[in-house]
Amino acid sequence: MMHRIRAFEEAAARANKEQLVLGAIHLSIGQEAIASGVCRNLRTDDYLLSTHRGHGHTLAKGANATAMMSELLGREGGICQGKGGSMHIADFGVGMLGANGVVAANINIAAGAAHAIKLKGEDGVACSIFGDGAINRGPFLEGLNWAGVFKLPALFVCESNGFASTTRTEAMTSGDGPAARARALGIPADEVDGNDIVAVDETVRAAVNAIRGGGGPRFIVCKTYRLHGHTASDPAAYRPREEVDVAWKNDPIARCAAILREVGVKAVELEAHRDAAATEMDEAYEIAKAAPWPDLALAYTDVQDIGDPRERAF
Amino acid sequence: MTVMTYAEAGMTALAEEMRRDPLVWAVGEDLGRGGVFGQYKGLVEEFGPERISDAPISESAIMGASVGAAMAGTRPVVEMRFADFALCAVDELVNQAAKARYMLGGQTKVPMVIREPMGMWRSSAAQHSQSLESWYTHIPGLVVAVPSTPADNKGLLKAAIRADDPVVYFEHKNLWGMEGEVPDGDLLIPFGRARIEREGRDITIVSWSSQLHTASRASGILEKQDISAEVIDLRTLWPWDRDAVFASVEKTGRLLITHESVSVGGFGAEIAATVSEYLFKALKSPVRRRAAPRIPISYAPLLEDVVRVSEAQIVETVLEMMSS
Repeated sequence: MMHRIRAFEEAAARANKEQLVLGAIHLSIGQEAIASGVCRNLRTDDYLLSTHRGHGHTLAKGANATAMMSELLGREGGICQGKGGSMHIADFGVGMLGANGVVAANINIAAGAAHAIKLKGEDGVACSIFGDGAINRGPFLEGLNWAGVFKLPALFVCESNGFASTTRTEAMTSGDGPAARARALGIPADEVDGNDIVAVDETVRAAVNAIRGGGGPRFIVCKTYRLHGHTASDPAAYRPREEVDVAWKNDPIARCAAILREVGVKAVELEAHRDAAATEMDEAYEIAKAAPWPDLALAYTDVQDIGDPRERAF
Repeated sequence: MTVMTYAEAGMTALAEEMRRDPLVWAVGEDLGRGGVFGQYKGLVEEFGPERISDAPISESAIMGASVGAAMAGTRPVVEMRFADFALCAVDELVNQAAKARYMLGGQTKVPMVIREPMGMWRSSAAQHSQSLESWYTHIPGLVVAVPSTPADNKGLLKAAIRADDPVVYFEHKNLWGMEGEVPDGDLLIPFGRARIEREGRDITIVSWSSQLHTASRASGILEKQDISAEVIDLRTLWPWDRDAVFASVEKTGRLLITHESVSVGGFGAEIAATVSEYLFKALKSPVRRRAAPRIPISYAPLLEDVVRVSEAQIVETVLEMMSS
């Protein structure tokens, strides 16, 4: 899965360079272990709410890569019919209820999805993944408190990649950070090396089990580093080259490969995985490129039932 | 038919819908104690605290969680306490609820009702008195309802709860105690269907919510001066009943719109523009508006009255229009 996410992001970056991605895209290169480690512990019918940096989460939850790539290119066959683009990718068929263009907005929505699970007496989990920049927005406080008050089956995952857009998060954050804030609201919080797939996997599994067992919400901070800029076209010149070089040595995929090699997986097998992922995403990109633009009539569909603009466009 | 208040009519609507559909639930501050205006009184006893749910003073979470709960298959009725406080949740309403269905390519709908008690009431001053209904008509995806009578409050709220769209539902605080006959049982009023409050020949007066009653009183005064005003209660602003307004203006040739909210950028402007675009030749005099000046609402009653459009002002404007 990590290879698939990396390959998807690399294909998306290429599409961006070739000016076939029209709007901004936010790459998750270097953060693949979190998407992968979280989603492998969620069932298809569990809910996931993601952020503007959500391609990896969405793929890991089970969405189709070609439909996602077509969405990035704004083409027919796009997962949201070309109406959402990168920041609004969703696949309700696999419980992915949407990325979000507004930082922290997905926290309340996930709390509400968890509220619905509780009201209906189901045993699902609603998970929200957000960045460390989100902890300075009001919905972080309101949504966490909400999940705590109503003892909801909600998992909050903070991808702490060090940057809030193009500013260092620590420079704009008072206090002891996301885990301390969650604990202050009575929500058990773990901190984990987000580039260590095994650690993420184990921590998330324990949290999801506790939530499913009726234990109320859990919070996990995954420490990571955003290897690329804020957007695909941000050169990230605001940080020293050496810092990025060091971070690349902590690449979660390379670390995962090292662990697998140690337990006897052959290098050739790992390379085959990587190559298969690259082929899959290259094909997804080619299919998206070849796809036509969406039918213009779609502009007026799915606005609303009552006062539908197709009947009352005045 | 049962005689009940506007508040009781809303309560009846919610209770009936909650009995009919176990996925309907209400959430907001102080609901367990009956709501700040008593419009939820007794409901927690019947439905329990999970479905008549108290909430922290977290407007953004009340609205945002309801968006998530609606996407995940329930039908939340959101209580915002005062329309003014809904401004703390504008992202959740405008960026999330209104657009989710469209942005996500039709994969979901967001069936929720956002109840926003509006309007001037007992010296509540600038942060507890506003009428902001026109803002929401500007947002694709939202439905906007502005009931003016107990019967409409029942029929429109029931229809709003059954709707699959997010409905911004403005109840006027001044009307909570207003009594009226309300049909029993399944009363569902369609959106976008105006009500003719009073038939007339000489001029059309369009209004909604509490101001409708001021317009109606003004038409009584005008009648004594042999001016026959047709008063139309729009009931919903999106969609709004263009056909009813057009038919009336074609008959009377004159149109006055009056509303409690600020005149500038108010929904009256939309109606005036539309009628001017399509019915200009039917007009015997320019379309006029009587609405609030663009000033905040004061605390002292006399200062508050400066914002209020009275029946005398409506009569005065109609007389000007009749003589032009």
